Formats: sequence, C-alpha cells, structure tokens
Amino acid sequence: MTEALTLTARCLRLSRRQVDAVLTSLLLPVLLMIVFVELFGGAINTGTRYVDYVVPGLLLLCAGYSSGLTAVAVCQDMTGGCMDRLRSMDVRGAALLTGHVAASAARNLASGLLVLATALLLGFHPHAGALQWLGAAGLLLAFIVALSWLSAAFGLLARSAEAASGFTFLIMFLPYASSAFVPVRTMPAWLRGFAAHQPITPITEALRGLLLGTPVGSNAWVGLAWCAGILAASIAASGYLFARRTA
Amino acid sequence: MRTTYTNTHARGELAVEAIALEKSYGTVRVLDGVDIRMPRGSVLALLGPNGAGKTTMVRILSTLIRADGGAARVAGFDVTSERDQVRRRISVTGQYAAVDDLQTGEENLLMVGRLRGLDRARARRRADELLKRFDLSDAARRRVSTYSGGMRRRLDLAVSLVTEPAVLFLDEPTTGLDPRSRHGVWQAVGELAQRGVSVFLTTQYLEEADRLADQIVVIDHGRVVAQGTAAELKGRVAEQRLIVTFADDARTIAVGTDGTAAHVRALLDELDPSRSLISEFTVRNATLDDVFLELTND
Repeated sequence: MTEALTLTARCLRLSRRQVDAVLTSLLLPVLLMIVFVELFGGAINTGTRYVDYVVPGLLLLCAGYSSGLTAVAVCQDMTGGCMDRLRSMDVRGAALLTGHVAASAARNLASGLLVLATALLLGFHPHAGALQWLGAAGLLLAFIVALSWLSAAFGLLARSAEAASGFTFLIMFLPYASSAFVPVRTMPAWLRGFAAHQPITPITEALRGLLLGTPVGSNAWVGLAWCAGILAASIAASGYLFARRTA
Repeated sequence: MRTTYTNTHARGELAVEAIALEKSYGTVRVLDGVDIRMPRGSVLALLGPNGAGKTTMVRILSTLIRADGGAARVAGFDVTSERDQVRRRISVTGQYAAVDDLQTGEENLLMVGRLRGLDRARARRRADELLKRFDLSDAARRRVSTYSGGMRRRLDLAVSLVTEPAVLFLDEPTTGLDPRSRHGVWQAVGELAQRGVSVFLTTQYLEEADRLADQIVVIDHGRVVAQGTAAELKGRVAEQRLIVTFADDARTIAVGTDGTAAHVRALLDELDPSRSLISEFTVRNATLDDVFLELTND
C-alpha cells in the first residue's frame, strides 16, 4: 500500500512538472469547449441547446486525452533505467501501474472540473440533484480508471514514447464517432452501427441523462459494463505484458 | 546508527557465486559458461571490452533477467528460486542513471527510502545523511535535470545505498565521467568496501579495476579468459615490453620480453635482420593494459 501511494505521489509530481503536458491538458478543455459551443454549435441541431448536449462528450474527450498520457508515462518508465531499479528493489509491477492510474485519475479530476467550470460560464444548465451528480461522477471515474489501465497496457506494448502517444490520438477519435457531438441517427448507415455500439455512446447518454435530468434508461449499466470489461481486460493484458517485458 | 539501515544479512561465505552461467540472445551467445566466486566483503571487478557480456552478467545476478543455463547465488540465495530474498539484499546501479530527472535529488532519495520500507522520519534522516556524504547537500532541492554527469552518478550511487545492501552491483560506474568525478566515485566505492559491503562492479578501465578490486575477472566473448589480483594478472604476461619504432612509417609495435640485454638484442635481430628498419626502441614495464590487450585478443 505504501508502495502504491509513494509511486502515485511520484507520478503526480512528474506529471505536474511536465510543463507542456500540463498546459495542453489545461488549455484543451477550454479551447474545445469554445470550438464546439461557439463555432460548431450554431450549425448543429440536436433538438436541445448545444452547450447542454455537448458537455458530457467533452468531459469524455478530455478524460480520454488525459488518460492517454498514462501510456506515454508508463512507456517512459519501461524504457528508462528506473524500471530496473524498481524491480531490483522488489517493487511490484502492479504497484507501479496502480501509481500511474491513480495519478491519471487525479489529473482527470482537475481537467473535468475545468470542463465543467468553462461549460457553466458558456451557459450550461445542469438539472441534476446530488444523487445524479454523484452518479455522473462515479460513471466518469469508472471510465477514467478503465481507460487509464487500457492506456497503461498500451504503454507496456509500445517500444517508444512516440508510439505510446499514438494511443492518445486513437482514444481521442472515439468520441467523434459516437453520440458525443452529434446524434447517431444523423450518421450514415455504415457508421451508425459502430457508433451505437461503442462504449462512448452509452456512457455519453448516461451522463447526459444524469446531468440534464432526462431518462437514463439502461445506458448507465451498459456503460458501466463496458468500463468493467475494459478494466478487466486491461489489467489482465498489462499483467501479461509486464511479465513479458521484464522476463 | 548504521545497523538501522542495513538490509537483512547475507548468508554463507560467498557474496556471489556463479556456476556455468549461460545466456543467448537469438543466435548470439552472450555468456558461455561463466564461473565466478566472490568472497563476502570483497570487491570484484568484471573487466572486459564492449559486448563481452558484463551487463548481462550484472542483470542476471541482480535478478533482472534469467540465465538460460547454470546457476547463481547472491548473498547466499538462488537468483531464480529465491529471487525475493536476493532482492532484499542487493542494490543495483546500472549504466544509465536510474533517477527521475523531474524530481529533485532529495525527492528521489525520499521516494526510494519509502519504497524500501523506511518510515517518513527515517527516510528523511537517511536522505540528509547521504546527500552530505555524496557532497550533494547544496543541490538537494534542485531537479536532477540540472545536475552534471558526475553529480547524477553520485546521486544514483546514493540512491542505491538508502538501505545498505549486502551486495552492491555497479555496472560501469564511471563510464563517461571526467577524471575528477571518477575519483569521487572511486572514493565512495572504497569507503563502502571498508564498511564491509561486497561490491561487484564492471568496468572497461584497467586502472579502475586495479584501484578498487581485490579480484579481477577478465571476460571476453562471454567467457572468463583470466582472473586473479592485478599483480597476478600482470604476472601472466612478460614483465617488460620492448617497444620498437620502424623508420619508414613511424609505426610502433610492442613485444613481450624479460628485459635482459641478450633477449632484447635477439628480438631486435629477429624483427630487423638487416639492421636498417628499426629507428628507435625503448623497454618499459608491462601495464594492465598490455595484459588486457593480450588476454582479450582474438
């Protein structure tokens, strides 16, 4: 336990001191919010105010970017000399990866709050009670943890930090092909199937329902099931990859 | 005070024992049956050219990779079947500094202290002590990215001593350092040896092996080609070198000799029967470099 906490503190210190990454993750939510709400929003008809429609999607997009950074951080640890030292000290791989994931969750908390603050400034009107807020936060956290573990697994797979950063790009593309920014029904048929059945859509819909006080339906459970599945697969994969990398 | 930070003790008389260690990467045989016996409390230098298998040896002994064949015990425990026991008793300083650039020297030390199981207060005391001992107190709160190569090595060494290991592995501890920093590292290793820490180091520098080690093991192409004290190794080859310079292209060659006038005269006649090719000659004592070149020649 001390191990994981000590390593979480380390990861947080390291990510705080990567000035470029910090700037990007602070600027990104604000810029995206402005781009979507003020630039695109006027031309998109979702049947509701666009700022209300888009906030859940932007929360996921920013969470995706920030979780994706975990891949880079893990990859850097694996390729640098640090890994050998930690291993020769009998620090478990699980503790190291947990440290990275926990730090990612903390980073995400900051960027999520920033998204919300910007959204409120731009006229976002949530209709959520305390329970709904809690539910939304819990779902978002589940998404972040699952994605960070997936990202950690990619970090173990990648041979260089550049390759690992490709993962961030991939993750950031997913929300576009979902109901995050435009309704799925407006998409061409070939894309609709994918968009309706990928994890971002039910999670977005559930967040939207919780924050705006509209029906949530089965979306929350489908979303959570996706998160649980991704989490389980990622933990298993990273266990295997870690053992293989350090054999 | 000192015992407070000492790891669980070693058992047996040998700090390192390797028996017929083998390791291949693909078709390349990196270690080809290496035997090493290093007594507790001694310093052993594994000497060899680039690619001789030195780093592979350290990585196997420090439990980071597994050998394909043979067996090894460190601090009395098997590196494969008792890996956890070994890890509790060793420290490794690799060729590439294993400290975080974005943390300060102090933060690196505190972190490792906590990971080694010291509580906050003891981790802090130990960090201060080590910063002082390695002359890094002034730089303690600066990020490692601002350190010079020598400071980084000293910090790396300090980090590996947060809890005092029974066996310390140093992989080329002074490669790339300027002479002053090199002496700093030598001094630190010398002090450790005096405190009874067993040190297993690799080096390409004969002077380093000569200065620090009780026992030198020379490896080349994954095999032990010679071992003994520096003096014993020097005794393996002729004690004197005859250095001759050729008149036409100023090329010099070195030839082993016993240094007597009769032998030198005979050698000169053999090399230059017409007595016109050699312009100069000198005779000097053999150095460890001569030994090294002779032993690791293909």
